[in-house]
Amino acid sequence: MAVDRVERRSGREGADIFDLPTVRLRGRNVLALVLAPEFPMSDWFAAFDRQLNAAPGFFADRPIVADLRPALAEGGPQAIGLVLDTLALRDLKLIGVEGAEARHLAGTPWERLATRLHGRETTVETPEEDAAAEPAEPPAPAQTSLLIDRPVRSGQSVVFAEGDVTIVGSVSSGAEVLAGGSIHVYGALRGRAIAGLRAGAGARIFCRKLEAELVGVDTLYRTAEHWGPALHGRSVQVLCDRGSLRLSAFD
Amino acid sequence: MSTVMVVTSGKGGVGKTTSSASLGAALAQRGQNVVLVDFDVGLRNLDLIMGAERRVVFDLVNVIQGDAKLPQALIRDKRLETLSLLPASQTRDKDALTEEGVGRVIEELKERFDWIICDSPAGIEKGATLAMRYADLAVVVTNPEVSSVRDSDRIIGMLDSKTRRAEGGERVDKRLLLTRYDPVRAARGEMMKVDDVLEILAVPLLGIVMESPDVLTASNMGAPVTLHNPASPAAQAYTEAARRLLGEEIPVNQPAPRQGGLFSRLFGKKAAAA
Repeated sequence: MAVDRVERRSGREGADIFDLPTVRLRGRNVLALVLAPEFPMSDWFAAFDRQLNAAPGFFADRPIVADLRPALAEGGPQAIGLVLDTLALRDLKLIGVEGAEARHLAGTPWERLATRLHGRETTVETPEEDAAAEPAEPPAPAQTSLLIDRPVRSGQSVVFAEGDVTIVGSVSSGAEVLAGGSIHVYGALRGRAIAGLRAGAGARIFCRKLEAELVGVDTLYRTAEHWGPALHGRSVQVLCDRGSLRLSAFD
Repeated sequence: MSTVMVVTSGKGGVGKTTSSASLGAALAQRGQNVVLVDFDVGLRNLDLIMGAERRVVFDLVNVIQGDAKLPQALIRDKRLETLSLLPASQTRDKDALTEEGVGRVIEELKERFDWIICDSPAGIEKGATLAMRYADLAVVVTNPEVSSVRDSDRIIGMLDSKTRRAEGGERVDKRLLLTRYDPVRAARGEMMKVDDVLEILAVPLLGIVMESPDVLTASNMGAPVTLHNPASPAAQAYTEAARRLLGEEIPVNQPAPRQGGLFSRLFGKKAAAA
């Protein structure tokens, strides 16, 4: 904010005035948080307390403006004192109110609060978790495999770009499995399987019984008519070999 | 404790309505209080198969929309007093059904009946998803052919994801009813074999109903085959399936072609415990 300089020079006040030093006033822009408690108050304060507990540091030494419009609209003037008292119980630094007139505050302990604050609305990121207040937990290791313990039915689609997919059961005709890494099917593979969305050509597909409609690794794919009946029903792995897709039986 | 059972398949013409009527009648013949609910709004058939088409006044849509009370819409079977029918509307379409309305009707039916059998329409759209929505148990009707098996597989996937139970972390109990099975054609390789179907669908077998003219005759006469011709193999298969639903352990016999020879051996397949 611009630095205001107020010079008090009014010649009539007396000679000693000129002897006093000029008071320099400085301005400061700080972010005040606007809280607008709503009815039912118990719910609103319960929700607010949860946020407060999650991030106590966020509200510390932060000027608070109470927006009394919802309280006034639903609870009338007598609700105002109650709302302000309840906010103050939480050790918040109230500097002013909005949506209420000075007459509403007259006679309450809150009559000194400003009722006409200037300033613009800005958005504030609501803190989810206060990193400073709570010991930072080590981030959970990213999940790199997905285990599916039931058959993948026709019309279902399993997409797991983060890593390998293991299916204990069959993949039905008309179902599809897409994995960032390799795909393991402990059952019959009758639908589509595409591996290596992320791992690329190093990924493989393994199945106990190959009856698939289509298999693919990285950017290569083959439909059932390409591999013919010789591999049908056998235990097979599919891999990229020097730029082409190779299917080989285990047995 | 009543059971909500959906009879479903994905594909049309596999025998959902016939199976709903036959299983419902077989359960009612064993003293159970049964209601058959037709969810095929716009293409209703269950009333014809049950021979009740001349007695329909109000229907499922009327009850859902509050135009009629449930007892006004229920039609009691003339042959079996513990069997009732809640018909579908023929003049409306599936959009007349709402999830909330269906749930309300099913709750009300639970107070009156032991078995609420929901006859699903074909397809995977609103009618079929609402028929399965509140199910505790699903009978998946499948013919031994690849298109029917794949559609059933799709439906099983939906039973595992789109039902109330699935969304609540539970599972809908699923049983496979193989219908229109022809052992002669299966032996010739013109049809899928029972084991192949079971391997693909991985669902316990409730029963095998052979392709039989008795079923068609019974349908045209407006009677479930278990009532019209109880001695026929199809009726016996449905009756055994109903007993399995009631918890009896009866092995499922794989039908063999009558000509004997290679397939004359009967090999029993144990039904999954109900």
